[in-house]
Amino acid sequence: MNASGDFSLLIIVPAYNEEGAVGHVVREIRELLPQVAVLVVDDCSSDATADVAREAGARVLSLPTHLGLGGCVQAGYKLAFELGYEYVIRVDGDGQHDPQAVPRILDVLRESGCQMVIGSRYLHGRPEYTSLARGLGIVLFRLVLRPILGKWVYDPTSGFVGVNRQALAVFSRSFPLEYPEIEALVVLQRKAFRFEEVPCKTRPRRAGKSTITAVKSVYFILHVLLGVFVNILKYEGRRR
Amino acid sequence: MDRLLNVMTAFSIGLIALVLVSLRRAHIRVEYSVAWLAAGVTMLILSQAPEFLFRTAEFLGISYPPVALLVMVLFVFLVVFYRFSIRISDLKDANIALAQRVAILEYRLQSSHEVEKAE
Repeated sequence: MNASGDFSLLIIVPAYNEEGAVGHVVREIRELLPQVAVLVVDDCSSDATADVAREAGARVLSLPTHLGLGGCVQAGYKLAFELGYEYVIRVDGDGQHDPQAVPRILDVLRESGCQMVIGSRYLHGRPEYTSLARGLGIVLFRLVLRPILGKWVYDPTSGFVGVNRQALAVFSRSFPLEYPEIEALVVLQRKAFRFEEVPCKTRPRRAGKSTITAVKSVYFILHVLLGVFVNILKYEGRRR
Repeated sequence: MDRLLNVMTAFSIGLIALVLVSLRRAHIRVEYSVAWLAAGVTMLILSQAPEFLFRTAEFLGISYPPVALLVMVLFVFLVVFYRFSIRISDLKDANIALAQRVAILEYRLQSSHEVEKAE
């Protein structure tokens, strides 16, 4: 797999114990975009995630130890950067992201010149598959991020994200390891990069259960707020 | 109070002995033993020099000297734990970078094998 030819896009699918969903995710992407390379980053799953992904037609980057979401996504970013890809779009391995939005994200990345495009579930109101608690958390993060980013971000926790090579270079070196989505926005802001949001739909998980609990949600909010604060302290320059 | 100081003396000697034995058996690296040895020696000095303990208690505004001893022991261990937190963070970062590098190298090796086979 390399970045030569017409397509300079790599789709990365971080997955941990997603044997029940990842095959469908890969097949769906490949049916929609047959010429685009799909890389499943297997975060040391204990099930057959890697085998299922390969059978579905994806390349697999297998991590030797479980690194968590941030480390898993960053591994994909590092490989994409080394292989020379211009654009990388992340689609989660649980089947919640609808690949139909991938071409739209890629178009905005190419045409707007911004470094990151977020597939946003909240641009047109609250999606069907989001709990009230999650919705309130997202409102909190919107309010916190508004003065930092200088604009509203409607879906700061979305993992359906596309980045260009400039952002890829930054994320290859520095990427938040736990709950990376929100902190990644502040990392980009530190580099005076821009982001856009495009509407996208979410679907219920195809298989498995979410690991988020009430205690983890509180830890998540505190962890992210601290991470955002630390990233503000590292701010390097003014917005372009 | 004498009993508490004696217990502290015995504990600090035990700690120093444990660190030295661990060093001899290479269970702990020299650079990490320094903090524990410093903590043990500090506790030993405080427990064997009551006048120093009284002066420290007076300086800290603590009327009961054994409490000053416990406060200082707590402070020493907090410093040691903080140093270790920094070290663990460094090691975790290094571990993540290494795991990612191993995965990428394996991937590239496998890709080149596939190219060779295809040729």
